[in-house]
Amino acid sequence: MTAEVSLNLFQQQEANRRRTTWLVIGFVLFFAWLGFGGDVIIYLSTADDAPERYHHVFPFLGIALTLIAIGVAWYSYKTGPQKVLWATGAREVIDPANDQERQLVNVVEEMAIAAGLPRPKIWVIPDEDPNAFATGHEPRDSHVAVTQGLLALCSRDELQAVIGHELGHVKNLDVRLMTTLAALVGAILLIRDGMGRSMRHGRMPSGGGGRRGKGGNPLIAVLLALWIVSWIIAPLITQLLALAVSRRREYLADAMGAQFTRNPLALASALEKIEHAAAPTAAIRRGSAHLCIADPLGRRVTSREGWLADRLATHPPMSMRIARLKGMGYAQLKKEGGLTA
Amino acid sequence: MWVLLVVAVVVVAWVIAAYNGLISLKNQTSNAFKQIDVQLKRRHDLIPNLVNAVKGAMDFERSTLEAVVQARNQAVKVNASGGGPDAMKQISQAENALSGALSRLMVVVERYPQLKATGNIGQLQEELTSTENRIAFARQLYNDTATLYTTKQQQFPTTLVAGMAQASPAELWELEDQAERAVPQVELSMKPRT
Repeated sequence: MTAEVSLNLFQQQEANRRRTTWLVIGFVLFFAWLGFGGDVIIYLSTADDAPERYHHVFPFLGIALTLIAIGVAWYSYKTGPQKVLWATGAREVIDPANDQERQLVNVVEEMAIAAGLPRPKIWVIPDEDPNAFATGHEPRDSHVAVTQGLLALCSRDELQAVIGHELGHVKNLDVRLMTTLAALVGAILLIRDGMGRSMRHGRMPSGGGGRRGKGGNPLIAVLLALWIVSWIIAPLITQLLALAVSRRREYLADAMGAQFTRNPLALASALEKIEHAAAPTAAIRRGSAHLCIADPLGRRVTSREGWLADRLATHPPMSMRIARLKGMGYAQLKKEGGLTA
Repeated sequence: MWVLLVVAVVVVAWVIAAYNGLISLKNQTSNAFKQIDVQLKRRHDLIPNLVNAVKGAMDFERSTLEAVVQARNQAVKVNASGGGPDAMKQISQAENALSGALSRLMVVVERYPQLKATGNIGQLQEELTSTENRIAFARQLYNDTATLYTTKQQQFPTTLVAGMAQASPAELWELEDQAERAVPQVELSMKPRT
């Protein structure tokens, strides 16, 4: 079993590294298309104007947007973990202030030993709803954050199981991909808002369509439509990506957590408790929802399986996760019972 | 001719990869073993504090305390002596004895509510639970890594380079006697203090 898991782990790490790279490349390419597409539109619409009017020949829009995208992607990747933690209002536990925090530090250190990882930095989110997430780029530099509510709700074993799940994400480098994605989702929303504002000020070509009217080149109209649609759906695409990337990972991290604790039933009961407390976690925003152990938005789709849920939820249905963990737990009990009998 | 060359390159690449894989597993195994040592040391350092904290309140349970102190000193001694042909077996025996003595002590402490109420004990209990868990998890990681290492060096294609990598089966860290297995796990019965 261990041999398969470790082989699987290596592949998983590689896949996550590769996917992170593609994500960043895709992000830059998308903005390059937005920029150069805009240049082509302006070029075509100014090409047959009178010679003394403005002709758009140098694609400065494309170059500028591509450079901005590269800068944003680099910055997002570098500061992703800090941004995610900052957005939740988490504070780092350096010197445990009370018994709860001391227990948390102990549990995280125990799980780091079980997972064979360096001790991650530990954060507490001041929120009453139970939830937890992990972030970072490398196991060397990773962060685990839990809400105050989780500390209050869970027993020691359950807390251990939740931390085991999070360290599973750290160990197979899910955190790198998911954190980068969270940062890029945030960046896209920000850029779109900024661009929307400058469009309203009328400096972008979409405002000047009326001058040409019916006599315009149909190519321009098609390009323009495509271009505007791209702007509108960019945030949607990134969010769909966030969904697609995180669902399978939750099952895998559940399994890894169970492997670290050798106690799948504790994670099952922790998930049950978290689900029953399913108030939305106010401190965790939409952009980083896919990082959490349970959907912080408390969406109804997460509670069912089905076509729609498969496409819209960041997390697999809780009931399925719990059922799988219980299956593991009973298999283990049966095996141990068989040994002593 | 070209076919031969390609085959030779593939074989050499495989030998290098398999050799490096074994070496990396070997180092992981010895590193995991050191982790157990670190955690055992932590436990040895913790016990004097624990004993001091409960000594006053538990005059009539002296034998339990003495058993802990003795088991601890024995474990420290065995650890310090190191070496020896079956050092690992001896260390694990001494540590298992210490685990048994400690869990008996914790059962006794549970019987004194006023002792637990003094705060200090609550913290020490958490520390002890954590230390026991750390040892258990360090052992688990070592055993998993060692099993992987042993399996790898015995499985067919890799076994051909096992001699070159000077690989030998790694000993597992086991609980020795059946009585040890039967000791109730005190950690599990401890209620969370929230």
